Amino acid sequence: MSESLRMFQERFPDTKVFEKNPRRLYLTIPREKLTAAARFLHAERGMRLSIATGIDTRDGFEVLYHFSEDTTGIIYTIKVFAPKDDPRIEAQGSWFPAAQWIEREMHELLGIEFIGHPNPAPLLTSDTDWEPGRFPLRRDYERRNEAHER
Amino acid sequence: MSGEQKQRRIVPIGPYHPLQEEPEFFKLIVEGETVVDLEIHIGYNHRGHEFISPELTYDQVPFLVERICGICSDSHPLAAVLAIEDCAGIKPPPRANYIRSIIHELERIHSHLLWVGLAGHFIGYNTVWMWAWRYREHILEVFEMITGNRNHYGAHKPGGVRWDIKPEQIPQIEAVLDVVEKKTMMLTKAVLDDPVIRARLEGVGILTKEQALAWSVVGPTARASGVDIDVRRDDPHAAYDQVPWDVIVLPEGDVFAKAKVRLLEIFESVKIIRGCLKNLPDGPIDIRIDEVPAGEGIGRTEAPRGEVFHYIRSDGSNRPLRHKIRAPSYMNIASNVVAVRGGSIADAALTLAAVDPCYCCTERMAAFEDGKLKFTGNELLRLSWEKTEKVRERFK
Repeated sequence: MSESLRMFQERFPDTKVFEKNPRRLYLTIPREKLTAAARFLHAERGMRLSIATGIDTRDGFEVLYHFSEDTTGIIYTIKVFAPKDDPRIEAQGSWFPAAQWIEREMHELLGIEFIGHPNPAPLLTSDTDWEPGRFPLRRDYERRNEAHER
Repeated sequence: MSGEQKQRRIVPIGPYHPLQEEPEFFKLIVEGETVVDLEIHIGYNHRGHEFISPELTYDQVPFLVERICGICSDSHPLAAVLAIEDCAGIKPPPRANYIRSIIHELERIHSHLLWVGLAGHFIGYNTVWMWAWRYREHILEVFEMITGNRNHYGAHKPGGVRWDIKPEQIPQIEAVLDVVEKKTMMLTKAVLDDPVIRARLEGVGILTKEQALAWSVVGPTARASGVDIDVRRDDPHAAYDQVPWDVIVLPEGDVFAKAKVRLLEIFESVKIIRGCLKNLPDGPIDIRIDEVPAGEGIGRTEAPRGEVFHYIRSDGSNRPLRHKIRAPSYMNIASNVVAVRGGSIADAALTLAAVDPCYCCTERMAAFEDGKLKFTGNELLRLSWEKTEKVRERFK
């Protein structure tokens, strides 16, 4: 077992670990522990944020923060869930500049709210007539409406 | 404004400014000649790949992501097929791995030469531009020979590659490599030993190691700031762990270091391609994938500009449920906010270009002040050239 994973499990005992293969680890944690976990991986273990992925699933939103440990080549993916009726997650961009753009993007494309983000303005549609509140990466997004309007 | 405090002005660059395929809008906030802050607006080239990809089958996805970028049109399909293969838990045959490395490194050579040429153009060294693009042409011809296309090679597919390298092509590729290596050596010496270029680029647009880590920048931008990362070495894929090569890391963090990293990387790429051609194993170039089971996979590869990251979630059907794509410039462009601060307007275009975002709409950039056109793209270019001339005077 990798050193970082062992320390992570000690620090966050309620982590659910899924090892896809030795270099792809998925760590599911409760969403209120996200900031502590991300800080641990970046500040204490020196990992780089590759990117974050937001997914709309049947049970709610999944947000995955992919951290890359470049000394071992392992990607640690922190996975948190947010229910559909309360899609809110603590913003990591507030302390970690690398997370600012992707959180803005997830906010505008999926409608996940990032609490405490320094600049929650839309990233990709700021200079367009795209109307806020339509989230194209949600499963219930109707592409039909888009064709009718344009 | 009276007194010592200088008035702040905004110099907009864009939206059809610099950077090759991706129009971006940079709002430079300046005091006199000094840039004090930067706002970045992107999205002018947003085409919804992450939205389209789940509508395509796994065989079609590489063709879609190949069209994200014309310059690194090999990195996205490679990262996407690595993600699909990671999800399905399969490994391509050895020969496919070697061919993947060869194509990928050829692309790095042509991309780095393209950037060196443009950087030369920006500081008024049009000879460097002509040279670099002249030698880049040979690489494009190799692509045409192997894949039938100078760009958008269609080289990768889940389970292997689409194009084989024939035995009679190997000496031809090696001959081109000899020429390109020799000429690039000459170009590198000319650029790195030129006192004017050194004086013009050293100390410009510095990104410190701490900043590089905080913004999680990747590729030559990170390596020129002393961050020793390279996905090819750290997370081996294709044939990168089968041949000897080195990662180029420099501590300075300025534009000169970024140029130097790219130039020296060309020689490492030549080394990798030579090694792969020499040891190219026999056998099939692809294997059949019957299904991609439900699950998730991550693929990443080192594009010329840095790590390309693809994440695929599968529900067991023949299409991805979610496909997340992250190009290296996404991290690198954001770091411009700290790199241009404190520099002059004449250096801004160069600093913004130093992360190698993508540069060709330069002629269309325009700066307005009080509703009047202040700098056109050509004038910004002229400012940069004048500064080079001033530096040159000092060396006479």
